[in-house]
Amino acid sequence: MHYDEKKPGGGVTRRGFMQIIGTGAVGASFAGVAMAARPEPAPPEKMIPAENTVKIRLHVNGAKQEVLAEPRWSLLYVLREVIGLTGTKEGCSRGECGACTVLIDNIPRYACMTLAVEAEGRKITTVEGLMDGEQLGPVQTAFLEEDAYQCGYCTPGQIMSVEGLLRKNPDPGTDEIRTAVSGNLCRCGAYKNIFRAGKKAASLKNK
Amino acid sequence: MAQDDNIYYTRGLEVPETPEPGAKPKFWEKTAVVGKPTPRVDGYERLSGTAVYPSDIKLPNMIYGALLRCPHPNARIKKLDAGRARKMPGVRAVMTGDSAEAKNLKWRYDDFTVPLLDPHCRFEGEAVAAVAADTPYQARDALAEIHVEYEVLPHLADHDRAMDENAPKVHKTGNLVGKDEYSRGDSEKGFARADTVVERTYHTQCELHTPMELHGCVANWEGDRLTIWESSQGVYAVQSTIAEVLDLPFSRVRVIGHYMGGGFGSKLQPGKYTVLAALLARQAARPVKMILTREETYLSVGNRPASTMHLKAGIKNDGTLTALDFRCTGPSGAYPAGGTSLVDWLIRDLYQCDNVSCRSNDVYINAGPARPFRAPGHPQGSWALEQMIDELAEKTGMDPVDLRLKNIPEVSQARGGMPYTTTGLARCIREGAEKFGWKDAVKKARQHNQSNSHVKRGAGMAACLWIVGGGGQPSTVVIKLFRDGSVNLNMGASDIGTGTKTIMALVAAEELGVKPEMIQIEHADTGTTQYATPSGGSKTVPTEAPTVRNAAVEVKRRVLEMASVDLGVPAEDLDYNGAEIVSRSDKDKRIRVTEVSRLKKRGVVVGVGYRGPNPSGKTVNPFGAQFCELEVNQKTGEIRILRFLAAHDSGRVMNRLTYDNQVFGGIVMGIGFGLTEFRQLDTRQTGKLCNRNWHDYKLPTALDVPADMESLPIEIDDPEANNTGAKGLGEPVTIPTAPAIANALYMATGIRFTRAPVTPLEVRRHLDLQKEG
Repeated sequence: MHYDEKKPGGGVTRRGFMQIIGTGAVGASFAGVAMAARPEPAPPEKMIPAENTVKIRLHVNGAKQEVLAEPRWSLLYVLREVIGLTGTKEGCSRGECGACTVLIDNIPRYACMTLAVEAEGRKITTVEGLMDGEQLGPVQTAFLEEDAYQCGYCTPGQIMSVEGLLRKNPDPGTDEIRTAVSGNLCRCGAYKNIFRAGKKAASLKNK
Repeated sequence: MAQDDNIYYTRGLEVPETPEPGAKPKFWEKTAVVGKPTPRVDGYERLSGTAVYPSDIKLPNMIYGALLRCPHPNARIKKLDAGRARKMPGVRAVMTGDSAEAKNLKWRYDDFTVPLLDPHCRFEGEAVAAVAADTPYQARDALAEIHVEYEVLPHLADHDRAMDENAPKVHKTGNLVGKDEYSRGDSEKGFARADTVVERTYHTQCELHTPMELHGCVANWEGDRLTIWESSQGVYAVQSTIAEVLDLPFSRVRVIGHYMGGGFGSKLQPGKYTVLAALLARQAARPVKMILTREETYLSVGNRPASTMHLKAGIKNDGTLTALDFRCTGPSGAYPAGGTSLVDWLIRDLYQCDNVSCRSNDVYINAGPARPFRAPGHPQGSWALEQMIDELAEKTGMDPVDLRLKNIPEVSQARGGMPYTTTGLARCIREGAEKFGWKDAVKKARQHNQSNSHVKRGAGMAACLWIVGGGGQPSTVVIKLFRDGSVNLNMGASDIGTGTKTIMALVAAEELGVKPEMIQIEHADTGTTQYATPSGGSKTVPTEAPTVRNAAVEVKRRVLEMASVDLGVPAEDLDYNGAEIVSRSDKDKRIRVTEVSRLKKRGVVVGVGYRGPNPSGKTVNPFGAQFCELEVNQKTGEIRILRFLAAHDSGRVMNRLTYDNQVFGGIVMGIGFGLTEFRQLDTRQTGKLCNRNWHDYKLPTALDVPADMESLPIEIDDPEANNTGAKGLGEPVTIPTAPAIANALYMATGIRFTRAPVTPLEVRRHLDLQKEG
């Protein structure tokens, strides 16, 4: 379900982040991540109480933005409730459904499992960032034409997973598309059309 | 103003004739836009991220609510101390059973009336208290500071134990919610006439809706007027419940639900959380957003109840069904909620059988009450009946397709012989089997299974009908024709992801000759849109589409009346022809709609449509049959579904694109019901829910469903059903999926998997038992 955490350049430098924040505040959020493979974090330089906000600089959809965030706030919360980019959806807040998938440095990531402070300085792309001005981008257009959604709630996450795949692999087969969206649940069950949309998106992008 | 060419989809093509005043519109013999594969009219919003779902609402000064829920399946609150919670950072409101706002309020669970915050919590997840704070994080911090002392009471988690004498009682009156009995003919005589009698017990597990958007709302007071944005299948249903609980006139409760992220029956009604959001908002004098956590939705917003079913069937050697005897137990949960509702309907009505008896016991357990779940009761009953038919086919040496075709009823036997307006059951089975290549698939699977491979193959099929699906009264729709010819359509119904808005745009476009994208839709708002019942029961299209058509026809009549003044000919002599209005007797007398002087002066023409009654003495039902092919890995127990074909008679196909999508979605949900999903209560010890998230409760993912899914619409003209000929689709498409899989599993393994879901573990367990003999 999870995207490769170990890929070089494919994630946030957790170690550097922990040095700033302190392990106590963030330890719980790492459940499920292969900690064993990582070096022991250095002792924190300073501790920030949970309710204190810190200033962080986010780079969202090509624009730089400064926000005050509590260290425990998820990127999902900051995107939706602080910045107001509500295209990214909340489905579970525990890394199971993928409705909150965004690209961080071109890699699809669950925004609910990423702390906002972890995302500082990274290039974040949300579904709003795929628009071509007021026009739908190629992956969105493919979803429209193939009717690859019903209620539309998991859809931004599905779109970001396909977008992430196409940035890495411009001509994927159905099995690669399947795998790419396998961390994105769709309760309406539009999977078949999502596979087709993945194919069509590739051809629209390669035009 | 837009130009004509942008507005009308056609010039010279006829739009349907306008009926005389009082006359009903004729059945469409052919259509210009209805039925064509059309991308959704709200696709841009849903795909760009601009669609505002209730979870996305953010109002100035808004704060965030959170609920404290009972951690025990049965407990009484002895003491509750929220003092420290009130002092936590960011906290603006705290609601307990003693709070002035809450203490006199009642909540209705069916015919039970309980305090809104009831000190006796009869299920894990019952609401105990609520807070609202500046951030959801602070609200959760505050919940942790509410200290509750519970008297933990004995609980009942296993519905099969509910009627035991020494079982803990969920209510003073005992654990029986109610009995339901049905019979026709004489089963005993029927069994006596049978050449073969088969009996089996079947089980299905409790399934949870888990729509992607969490249940929740935003509540905002302006003085004594309340506005609620609720993730809902029906805004008017939310309005009436909230108005009742808060004792407010409907006119002071406005409910808006433009977009919603799935419901499947669990969002036909609001929850206690909706009322609590309103109360917190009142106490804090700020808008409150109350979105449940995923875990809360597992506990408290409904489910498809588990079932224990016993079916006995008699058959003659020629394939005639002589008798069916069905018994079922299912749990409502802690309050009455239809624990066995409609589980027996397919046994009563799907196949020709003169002697049928059904008995159901709906029982209480200490778990969250059920809610309607996509085709309530039917997938459970289908799991039993369709596996039984497969078994009877084997015993009589008949092909399961032929056996079903031998027993097609002409009328609804469960309704005393009332005719169906149309029944496509036989065609779904026959044409589905042909398109699927049924005989070939069976032959190939059997050949394959003679090899030594540990991967075995099977093909299976099952058929269904859905008890309703004809829609009905009431519904009102208003269509406004602007003076530039573009259109506004106003209806109360929610589009729950089924493409309702798009279909309604197609219907209006068909009648008015306007391009579907030129139609603006206003919907799902009790303040500004017309009355509609919740979207559920596969009734939205057959309810709303005829109403939209009536409204469009009314617009045309009015425009013709106006044009008759300009042209100096009676309205009866005029044809509405899309962009133009033309005299039948003198083709030179014509006027563009946009030039009609009274329309120009008034600005709009308004047409009101009402839903007419359904045909009396007949019943409107959708039918279907599904076929699948799969592989079973006998070493690992894994099941791989290779392909599915679904043939469904839902009357007219209104939009082929969304039609097929519904069909595929139904199959996917059926795969979950049959193979992966079950609510696991800790029945032996704590009674608590063990799998309260998507990690432990498995939905089918992209890797678990076949890419090879085919939809075969069996389109039968049904002018009697309603003026569009559409029947319901969303529910029948998920009914026969699981038993089709089970029947294919039997062909692959020789094992009848009577317990759903069939997990790899279950497959391995049975294979081991089989080996041991």
